[in-house]
Amino acid sequence: MSECAKISVRGLRKSFGTKIVLDGVDLDIAPRTAMVVIGGSGSGKSVLLKCILGLIPPDDGQILIDGEDVLTAPTSRARALRDQIGMLFQNGALFDSESVWENVSFGLLARGLIQRSRARARAVEVLAQVGLGETVADLFPNELSGGMQKRVALARAIAAEPAIMLFDEPTTGLDPIMGAVIDGLIVDCVKRLGSTSIAITHDMASAGRIGDRIAMLFDGRIVWEGNAAEVRASGNPLVDQFINGRREGPIKMALRR
Amino acid sequence: MIRLLDPVAALGRVTLNLVSFLGELGLFTASAIVGLLRPPFYLRNFSRAFAEIGFFSLPVVAMTAIFTGMVLALQTYTGFSRFAAQSAIPSVVVLSLTRELGPVLAGLMVAGRVGSAMAAEIGTMRVTDQIDALSTLATDPIRYLVAPRLLAGVIALPLLVLVADILGVAGGFLVATSRFGFSAADYLHNTQQYLHTADVTSGLIKSAVFGFTIALMGCFFGYRSRGGAQGVGSATTSAVVAASILILALDYLLTQAFFTA
Ligand SMILES: Nc1ncnc2c1ncn2[C@@H]1O[C@H](COP(=O)(O)OP(=O)(O)OP(=O)(O)O)[C@@H](O)[C@H]1O
Ligand SMILES: [Mg+2]
Repeated sequence: MSECAKISVRGLRKSFGTKIVLDGVDLDIAPRTAMVVIGGSGSGKSVLLKCILGLIPPDDGQILIDGEDVLTAPTSRARALRDQIGMLFQNGALFDSESVWENVSFGLLARGLIQRSRARARAVEVLAQVGLGETVADLFPNELSGGMQKRVALARAIAAEPAIMLFDEPTTGLDPIMGAVIDGLIVDCVKRLGSTSIAITHDMASAGRIGDRIAMLFDGRIVWEGNAAEVRASGNPLVDQFINGRREGPIKMALRR
Repeated sequence: MIRLLDPVAALGRVTLNLVSFLGELGLFTASAIVGLLRPPFYLRNFSRAFAEIGFFSLPVVAMTAIFTGMVLALQTYTGFSRFAAQSAIPSVVVLSLTRELGPVLAGLMVAGRVGSAMAAEIGTMRVTDQIDALSTLATDPIRYLVAPRLLAGVIALPLLVLVADILGVAGGFLVATSRFGFSAADYLHNTQQYLHTADVTSGLIKSAVFGFTIALMGCFFGYRSRGGAQGVGSATTSAVVAASILILALDYLLTQAFFTA
């Protein structure tokens, strides 16, 4: 299984000062699989994605993409491996000095995949996939609502049709219908392009729609991992408490600390 | 015993912090310069930064230069008339401006105006993950954000100072001809008489260095800012303070290098 995994995280550790955030995370994601990572606020989900992207250097552990450790590979090789990743940041992270279409086509232009003269038309096509019309293309990010910004950010993440897609809370801040649309879009991208994806979410309905598999991050480790269909019958008290949103249970201890 | 060592430990900590800060700055500068030497080049970002420094700072720098030229003429007259040397006004005005006041005052004004804006913009990009987003989109943030701004600073500030030199002389001219009875021809003749090319070029070289410094400080403090709006605010302040002090210190060093060697 792990031999052919698209992404493998092994024994990943990261602390900020004395605060241990990741304490030996192990996670394998098979090719063409949609993994959903759930976990409480502040449990280190975003940090995990940023480690995979190389934006935060981990203290210890391995991150294998296509079987190669990106942490020890030469810089140019690591960059090539990571170049197949598209990322949706939790807060969108749109470039506010660039228009919407320039944001969406940014990665395509930077990789020289299209001509600048073709870029706007291509961006409009991708925007249509996330349910945004051409009128939005010439606006600037600060002229959009939060949900629209999220969709533009999603369009930017998928524009280059990356082999690996990381989504940090793709549906947070969207109304339920648009949330379902975005979930459908993510599923579609992953299935159509054959991409491997990791999505972070707090929303169990969304997790069920997006994920083939679900992993729960708690106390710096993956405490449960299994098929999405089995999450309700996991038998793990941490998972049960989380998905049912109960105040009483083992996770409360962690909050009090 | 532990108490006794406290000051030593503190000194050690400060030294270590300083060394790591300088190391960080050195690496940052080096990668920006490498970014200028090898493609891709980001022309659009360069022209934006160039317009910001060179064009939109014109009014501020022009005002500064005119008033400085005027006050120089006034001071020189009142001071030099004590030993009947008023005819030196044009030379004093043009030499002080080209060699010293043009570059330094324009540098300080631009540091306040553009250095702070650069730190705020890049700092905001940092705390909203936009810089991280750049690197996930196959773009080196230092190459994309920093290199074009440094180049713009190096080119735009000398041009701005050239304008400041001319306007400053015009300010002096205005005061001397309207208040102290200089004839226009005399004033212009005296202005040229003792002016060497080196006076102007040394000032322009100074301003290229200052332009680099302003952009570097703005980018560097913005780039390493942490912790939301407050972090961006303090990055902005640090950028302006650091750029201003460096301008004054470098001015001394460069003057020494140019004119006493
Ligand atoms: N750059 C940083 N410096 C210091 N601490 C950090 C940094 N980034 C994250 N942390 C800390 O790491 C912990 C995990 O943060 P992270 O953003 O990964 O949480 P999360 O699981 O994504 O939460 P949420 O669901 O609220 O987004 C937090 O306690 C946070 O304070
Ligand atoms: Mg997060």
